Amino acid sequence: MKKHFLILVFLLIFLSGCSSQPGAWGWYVIDPTTKGGYNNVMFLLSGFSATIQLSLLAAFFSIILGLVVALPGMSSNYWVRLPSRTYIEFIRAVPLLPMMFWIFYGLPVILKSMGLNIPIDPFWGAVVTLAISDSAFTAEIYRAGIQSIHKGQREAAQTIGLTSFQTMRYVILPQAIKRILPPLANQFIYIVKMSAFASVIGMQELMRRANEVVVSEYRPLEVYTFLIFEYLILVLIISQAVRWLERKMGSDESRG
Amino acid sequence: MTTAIEIKNVSKWFGDFKALDDVSLTTSQGEKVVICGPSGSGKSTLVRCINRLEIHQKGTIKVRGIELTDHDSSISEIRSEVGMVFQQFNLFPHLTVLQNLTLGPTKALGLSQKDANERAFKLLERVRIPEQANKKPGHLSGGQQQRVAIARSLCMEPKIMLFDEPTSALDPEMISEVLDVIVDLANEGMTMVVVTHEMGFARKVADRMVFMDEGKIIEMGKPKDFFDSPKTERCKLFLNQILQH
Repeated sequence: MKKHFLILVFLLIFLSGCSSQPGAWGWYVIDPTTKGGYNNVMFLLSGFSATIQLSLLAAFFSIILGLVVALPGMSSNYWVRLPSRTYIEFIRAVPLLPMMFWIFYGLPVILKSMGLNIPIDPFWGAVVTLAISDSAFTAEIYRAGIQSIHKGQREAAQTIGLTSFQTMRYVILPQAIKRILPPLANQFIYIVKMSAFASVIGMQELMRRANEVVVSEYRPLEVYTFLIFEYLILVLIISQAVRWLERKMGSDESRG
Repeated sequence: MTTAIEIKNVSKWFGDFKALDDVSLTTSQGEKVVICGPSGSGKSTLVRCINRLEIHQKGTIKVRGIELTDHDSSISEIRSEVGMVFQQFNLFPHLTVLQNLTLGPTKALGLSQKDANERAFKLLERVRIPEQANKKPGHLSGGQQQRVAIARSLCMEPKIMLFDEPTSALDPEMISEVLDVIVDLANEGMTMVVVTHEMGFARKVADRMVFMDEGKIIEMGKPKDFFDSPKTERCKLFLNQILQH
């Protein structure tokens, strides 16, 4: 309900600009019936592909990296736990933008000094930054999900002779996944939004394309309004998917 | 008689709290030992130490001649001999009853799914619920769940069974269906250690009664002597309290 109300407000702002009153709005800049407007709209929309690719890849790596970090983080051994806890605390404390600059401009310097000539292009620079930045949060989501499983489950698995790996694989994770997936999918929304930062290292995604149109047309209000709608649509689609997922997982939840 | 479990001078602390205080108890093969005592007396902790769900800090525990140490091999060897039934059943809610039973045999013993299923169905018959095989535990009553938990444990063909208050989480009308299964098992000669407050049951199956309080074994004896003429004041008081109603 709240979400539909929000869409309505945005729609009103949008429509108010369409009145013939002379004023702040000039939708001609993205009017697809004119040649210039059509080109601008197509240019803006073409940013979707990079934003989606970026987000999906970053989410994919973050999900793997998060699990790799989370599992030792739950060990009863302090020295096994320490590196993963330190990683999580450290990565959570670093803002995304400085991290992106560091990886894009700084990391190649280190790699070169080590004799490795690996160029980092804007796309992979952004994917790596987003994945690392997000992995600290996915790790915590895994931890919360796994620790929410009653300890009796682990004990029962031990008493029937399962190894700790088998216990995780057959008993804990299948139950925890239901509690992990919805917040993980929610975290994907965060990645999509944060992917806008990739514009500053030259990635041609939604944000960057909007900036370029603004610079050439000098119509920030209309173009950024359009940009917000682009993200809104993307996020609404994802959150609908999350909701579907939650329902599906919820209906399957068994007692006891 | 062969020794089944040998507990010697075992102590355990939870922080500053001494949960087990120099406990020694030896049971022989085929013997049924029932442990009772007020809550917090350490009886659950003692049973959980036998299969290393809790780690004892002093003393030695041997199960069928194997000493429990930090070595994973000794722990897994002992766990393969010892089955355990919990107060809260601890069935795996995401698996069916049948899968609950076959998970251990297929993954830990390397049985084929077919052989494991065969073994599981035999045990489900024995605990009298073969018709529930394909249901999830959440759809069963408490009594049925506990019987499944017993069957799951037996599926690993243990030599010793530990029961940690197996009926304490059950509604009263379901207690007897679970106790009946345990009595059957006792009559077949299974070695067991049972923590329970069901004194009628204890009288029926126990070869030996153990009374614990404050982490110590206070009194031990044949059920007849134990119930009819307890030697210590504390044990007398405890029995009076739980036998009153």
